[in-house]
Amino acid sequence: MSESEENEKEQKKVKIVSSADIIAARGKGRELAKKMGFSVVDQTKITTAISELTRNIVTYAGRGEVTIKKARSKTGGKNGIVVVCIDEGPGIEDVGLVLKGGFSTSGSLGLGLSGAKQLMDEFEIKSKPGEGTVVTIKKWLRR
Amino acid sequence: MLDIPILKIEDFLVVTIQSELSDDEISALQEDILFRIKDVGAAGLIIDITALDIVDSFMGRTLSNIAATVELLGAKAVVVGIRPAVAVTLVELGIRVKWNVNTALNFDRGMKLLKRLIEAERRGGAS
Repeated sequence: MSESEENEKEQKKVKIVSSADIIAARGKGRELAKKMGFSVVDQTKITTAISELTRNIVTYAGRGEVTIKKARSKTGGKNGIVVVCIDEGPGIEDVGLVLKGGFSTSGSLGLGLSGAKQLMDEFEIKSKPGEGTVVTIKKWLRR
Repeated sequence: MLDIPILKIEDFLVVTIQSELSDDEISALQEDILFRIKDVGAAGLIIDITALDIVDSFMGRTLSNIAATVELLGAKAVVVGIRPAVAVTLVELGIRVKWNVNTALNFDRGMKLLKRLIEAERRGGAS
């Protein structure tokens, strides 16, 4: 199998509409992270971050999609995993406040976004009230 | 929906979570545990999560809620078998400051801890 083919196959998309899909998304993330050679601790961090973000989708947006794939850094030539979570939910009014952690409108611990940020190497969020949210997280393989 | 067995050993109930649970399954488990504790008059509960390779903030909060409600009934709860990678992740997730649950390395130590907790309460009266 050529490498490009493999890359193509490594891209996993999971539609998120119920809490059962959270488990499915976690499974895909774990599978790819393991295959790429991430340590057990890093596999667990990646899987947990996926769980937090997809749960946010179920709780706040109702539906969305997560894409999990390999990434290569533009500069350092590092390999990693990238997870993109997209929803068209209500969006977030104050991203800064939410990222501080401990903020929750759903009665949870409020660790979802801040937790996912903490567990990964890179974290980016784009959100507009009324239009939805895109969260992109990355973790690089340590060499 | 998955039916998770709740075993009775001596005065204690033991729940072994063997696979990843959906939110509904976790909530159902919480209810089952509380009613069983009341029914059998259990003094304590052990939840074994050795098989779980992930505990996210939702699962963490639920375990914490189960422990809190069990204690409200007047029993003690201990969570055993948190994997090293799960522990690292939970701490980085920031759950440490909010997680007020008795834990032990494995089942044996969990039983010992549970007995100590119950004994301490008997001696010290209401605490």
